[in-house]
Amino acid sequence: MTIATVETTRVASWRLLLRNPMTVVSAAVLGVVIVVAVAANWIAPFGVNDVDVPNALQPPSGEHWFGTDELGRDVLSRVLVATQASMRVAVVSVAFAVVVGVTVGVIAGYRGGWVDTVFMRVVDVMFAFPVLLLALAVVAILGPGTTTTILAIGIVYTPIFARVARASTLSVRVEPFVQMSRAMGTGNLYILARHIIPNIAGPLIVQTSLSLAFAILSEAALSFLGLGIQPPQPSLGRMIFDSQGFVTMAWWMAVFPGAAIVVIVLAFNLVGDGLRDVLDPKQRTMIEARSKQ
Amino acid sequence: MTAVFTHPITRFIARRLLYSLVVLFGVLVVVFALVHLVPGDPVRIALGTRYTPEAYNALRSASGLDRPLVEQFFGYIGSALTGDLGVSFRNGDPVTVTLLERLPATVSLGLVGILIALLIALPAGIWSALHEGRVSDAIVRITSQFGVSIPDFWLGILLIALFASTLGWLPTSGYRPLLDDPAGWLRHIVLPGLTVGLVAAAIMTRYVRSAVLEVASMGYVRTARSKGLPPQVVTFRHTVRNALVPVLTITGIQLATILGGVIVVEVVFAWPGLGRLVYNAVAARDYPVIQGAVLLIAALFLLINLIVDVLYAVVDPRIRLA
Repeated sequence: MTIATVETTRVASWRLLLRNPMTVVSAAVLGVVIVVAVAANWIAPFGVNDVDVPNALQPPSGEHWFGTDELGRDVLSRVLVATQASMRVAVVSVAFAVVVGVTVGVIAGYRGGWVDTVFMRVVDVMFAFPVLLLALAVVAILGPGTTTTILAIGIVYTPIFARVARASTLSVRVEPFVQMSRAMGTGNLYILARHIIPNIAGPLIVQTSLSLAFAILSEAALSFLGLGIQPPQPSLGRMIFDSQGFVTMAWWMAVFPGAAIVVIVLAFNLVGDGLRDVLDPKQRTMIEARSKQ
Repeated sequence: MTAVFTHPITRFIARRLLYSLVVLFGVLVVVFALVHLVPGDPVRIALGTRYTPEAYNALRSASGLDRPLVEQFFGYIGSALTGDLGVSFRNGDPVTVTLLERLPATVSLGLVGILIALLIALPAGIWSALHEGRVSDAIVRITSQFGVSIPDFWLGILLIALFASTLGWLPTSGYRPLLDDPAGWLRHIVLPGLTVGLVAAAIMTRYVRSAVLEVASMGYVRTARSKGLPPQVVTFRHTVRNALVPVLTITGIQLATILGGVIVVEVVFAWPGLGRLVYNAVAARDYPVIQGAVLLIAALFLLINLIVDVLYAVVDPRIRLA
């Protein structure tokens, strides 16, 4: 009986999600971005560091779709491979933030008491630092590089997951089915895995999508400053930095890497918004009410 | 006299102040730990190729890093509270003086940015909410989603390319102090201000829109409408005025975010503010400057949040009684 109800709600969630054209389009764009990122090394027409000085600063053409940079390197190939690097950094760092943040948040919300107080004060202190500043502080400690970038972005986005997970846990903890399970003598770990985590997944999925968008932007900013992904590995942020001296004579050097960032970030943001509309119960009732009219 | 102390608003402010002090202490601990978390010897790393045993020993004792850890900790807290943030590893200048020199440029950029953001977000958000579900609402929503997804440094470079390099209307970079050269200040702040303001406007438009929509669904708005008040009165006196309360909060938070987030924009526009100072200090491993700047920005962040919360409680009694 219970299983049947859960199944129906899940089907309805997907149907609601697919009813929003904006979400469908952005999810499709995101799908393409993921395929491109995974296959970047195969589909890139040129090597990312193939220098061809006689053909430097060529505008977009049949051979070089996105033109060439100041060393004659193919901008399209570099954008493709840089997208892969950006996505990898974003996914790994947000995965770190989800694992650490959710663990901290669920334990704080479920246990309550002094554990909650201590964990949440630490989270408050982390929130007192602006995002990019905290990331820069991590880079200042560990030195620039891809691993540092992942760790920096991961640490920066951990508190938000801790807060979301704690708030959701607090509201699920008092539900009758959890109370009942506890009264029956079920172990804490089982309750967490079986009752708490599945029921707080909605807001966490939404937060994950939005955080991936911000992680892409943060990585681009760090790489722009020369503190993120290091050459010879191409990165979208650094490509934009390098384009500064050529922006009036070679607009393509600045426009394409920037547009790639906007497309990826926009897709994550729109998918996140679409998911929120469906997974957030308050919004959901509004959409259902509207669709019934 | 006792009435003042037991007044809910005084109690609220006292509680909020105490909380901020606790967080500030945590911030101090993190900032102090920063230099000690560096793998290896921070003084050695900071000196780099300029390393000599004499320079090393001089810098190490000048920065107090040769003292026991506990003594260093209390020494750092004590000095920080009296406004002494040590001296730069790179040029020996007092960090506090350097920070105060850089602060006006960042604050002026933040204020101009938030002003531009408000000038765009207030009308756009209110319009969008009042026309919910129509084409104009969709246009505002899509534009603001775009704005949220644009990297600020990219926007800055595109603005420079268009308005400075191509059209030649405005300078590409640099800064003039407001008091020395008001016209120069204005010409130099337009492009970085727009960069910061447009991105912030995109975020704030969404908040303004949802704040207005939320108030518009309240019972008293329906009552006002059903008792036959003119639509403009309902819109502005009942809806927009009340929606401005959450907007105040987001404006404060956004200002704090801008002050801590203008690092990249300051680098793009060669703007001599705190952000570029932090960037140069990270590149040069100048730890005392990094520590000082991080502390100052985090403290400003806390202060603005405190002010916003207190203002919020003054405007909306439900908050302080909760």
